[in-house]
Amino acid sequence: MSLITLHYDVPGDDFTRAGEASGNVKTHLKKLGFNPTVVRNVVIALYEAEINMVIHAGGGEIDVEIDPDQIRMVLTDHGPGIPDVELAMQEGYSTAPDNVRALGFGAGMGLPNIKKYTDDMQIETEIGVGTTMRLRVDVPA
Amino acid sequence: MTVREIQEILSAQVICGEEFLDREVFSACGSDMMSDVLAYVKEQAVLLSGLVNPQVVRTAEMMDMQCIVFVRGKYPDDSIIGLARDRDIVLLSTQYPMFASCGMLYEKGLRGGAI
Repeated sequence: MSLITLHYDVPGDDFTRAGEASGNVKTHLKKLGFNPTVVRNVVIALYEAEINMVIHAGGGEIDVEIDPDQIRMVLTDHGPGIPDVELAMQEGYSTAPDNVRALGFGAGMGLPNIKKYTDDMQIETEIGVGTTMRLRVDVPA
Repeated sequence: MTVREIQEILSAQVICGEEFLDREVFSACGSDMMSDVLAYVKEQAVLLSGLVNPQVVRTAEMMDMQCIVFVRGKYPDDSIIGLARDRDIVLLSTQYPMFASCGMLYEKGLRGGAI
């Protein structure tokens, strides 16, 4: 049984709201007293993933399970899918349009950042169906 | 360096967060790419940016940044100011461009943090 579970519907049509879910998760983690490094790792990974979901997939859903020893996040979208995950994982590779770059994203750092800040990252993706990303951050004893 | 010193060095206008000017910052990051900020900033830092949108404030929030300086006289709209106010983030606006702003703070001892 998890300490706490959270669910968010992420709208895909409003880039200005991207990050609301991640900010809310941060508030919960801080209230629960997790150490600042764990909080930071979770929210950076989640924020990048949330931004990706808005940029590329027209929004989606985020589920977060918070346990004392680990935080698990599942991000599900029904977007176009990722044709080449290995390529998308390379720093600097991006398919973000110019309007997204103008907002400070699309540098091709999203997925590498997510990997960097999590202990486990799994991507299941199918073209034309969508993408599910499972992330885990462990809490050091 | 305190936020107040940053404000004085850059002759910056305080947009919000007047009550937090005595906060200490230990490093600075100048960037218009928020993904780079998320990738590289480690310590309690001030963010200098020429980008004015809500994601700048959200990025600062995720990184526990105390203060954002908008360079080149950029000024955020009310929704962005509200977002920062809700998160206790100080917003400053300076007329100096990015390069000069970073240089002035560096000259006074503020550094970029570990690579």
